[in-house]
Amino acid sequence: MATRSDLWTTLTEPLIRQNPVTLQILGICSALAVTTSLATALTMSVSLTVVLTLSAVIISLIRRHIPDTIRLIVQIVIVASLVIVIDQVLQAFFAEISRALSIYVSLITTNCLVLGRTEAYARHHAPVPAAVDAFGNGLGYSLILLVIGGMRELFGRGQLFGWQALPLADAGGWFTPLSLMLLAPSAFFLLGGLVWAIRAMLPEQAEAPEHEPPADVRAAE
Amino acid sequence: MADTERNPWRRFLALPNESRTKTLVMAFIVAAVCALLVSSATVLLRPIQSANRAAEEQARIEALVRGIPGMADLLEQSGGTLSTVVVDLDDGRAAQDVTIDTLDAALADTANWTALEAGDDIAGLGQRPDYAQIFLLRRDDAISLVLLPMTGQGYGGRIDAILAVEGDMNTVTGIAITSHSETPGLGGRIEDRSWQSSFPGTELHDDAGDLRFSVARGEASTAYQVDGITGATRTTRGISNMVRFWLGPDGYGPLIRAIRRGEF
Repeated sequence: MATRSDLWTTLTEPLIRQNPVTLQILGICSALAVTTSLATALTMSVSLTVVLTLSAVIISLIRRHIPDTIRLIVQIVIVASLVIVIDQVLQAFFAEISRALSIYVSLITTNCLVLGRTEAYARHHAPVPAAVDAFGNGLGYSLILLVIGGMRELFGRGQLFGWQALPLADAGGWFTPLSLMLLAPSAFFLLGGLVWAIRAMLPEQAEAPEHEPPADVRAAE
Repeated sequence: MADTERNPWRRFLALPNESRTKTLVMAFIVAAVCALLVSSATVLLRPIQSANRAAEEQARIEALVRGIPGMADLLEQSGGTLSTVVVDLDDGRAAQDVTIDTLDAALADTANWTALEAGDDIAGLGQRPDYAQIFLLRRDDAISLVLLPMTGQGYGGRIDAILAVEGDMNTVTGIAITSHSETPGLGGRIEDRSWQSSFPGTELHDDAGDLRFSVARGEASTAYQVDGITGATRTTRGISNMVRFWLGPDGYGPLIRAIRRGEF
């Protein structure tokens, strides 16, 4: 049986050391698309964490009875149903935010993060550790989304959660917004910078180079 | 063991995962439970969602009117709200027995829809309702602005829009897209203010009274055209056909003549 400290490790490990976004590079599409403001990033994080945790629990509950031949399709069906329910709830109670997220909520279904966790962890573990692992991964994803979303909103609009943090030059302040921050490329730059920063602090995350540059190019010519 | 177990459910669970029966039954159970979950969520939340959409449409109508230069003042003068009329599209008059409250019920009845012949159906609708809700803004008893909701077929699906026309029924003052499913970044740019800004001032009919409005292939070259969107030919053609259909004889044509005669 898992002890309390094991559960704590399962929960905290995916925050930085095993972060699904920066280490495993999963769920990048949504991480780039919904981070133009903190509010959408937060909603997306909460939706993904809820879907991930619920699907991990459900799959873990029936893990002994999922036939191997159809296990992927069973997992996808469960995840997709949860996503549709969450999407409907958002449309009903958070219409504004649901419009801002447009199709990205539905795309949680195809987020590799969800299938990755259910396939790699929930399928082999009891419901409680599976839920903790899924929740931890959801938090890790949320952390990255909020950091990138916060930076993009702060430098792109001078706001945080819609509150004017930096006085705009248009309104008599000193800050000129960087419009590039609101476009997709800046999310790539920020995410790349974040991955680099984390790997610089934790060198064991760095991958071995796939190719060695040939040393004797000139000699061969 | 399995043969001592009486309960059929337990006997089923005890089957090896590889067995064909278990695979099929598990697939069926998962599918059925998920279907139940999804459909009940949809059915339970639908009333709230449609209320949201109605509120959103109302907000968009107001935003459309407020976005037209000088209209916000006009709107304040006329009491801050628009008057809403249900019109009978066949004769262009205010509907006698259908009100805003009963419009949804009336349109649920297929007898209140008219099938369109292929040649006339340029907007690709198949059929069109006999009643439509329009919005009028009056100043000194004369109509200064008419908001005409319309529906057409784009590239990705239905496009719902509201076209604002001045009281002369010839000059466009703006368009608002209320819903669409076009490709984001291409056809989806019909939502952008920058594209919609080429609508105000566009004329609909020429001096002879013929409908001339169209969406250009590139930049607008005549007073009857608005700019096209590069890479979204089918979407812009859909918008063009939608406006042409709804301003034509099967759409608001009779209503436009009635307003010109001063019947409203």
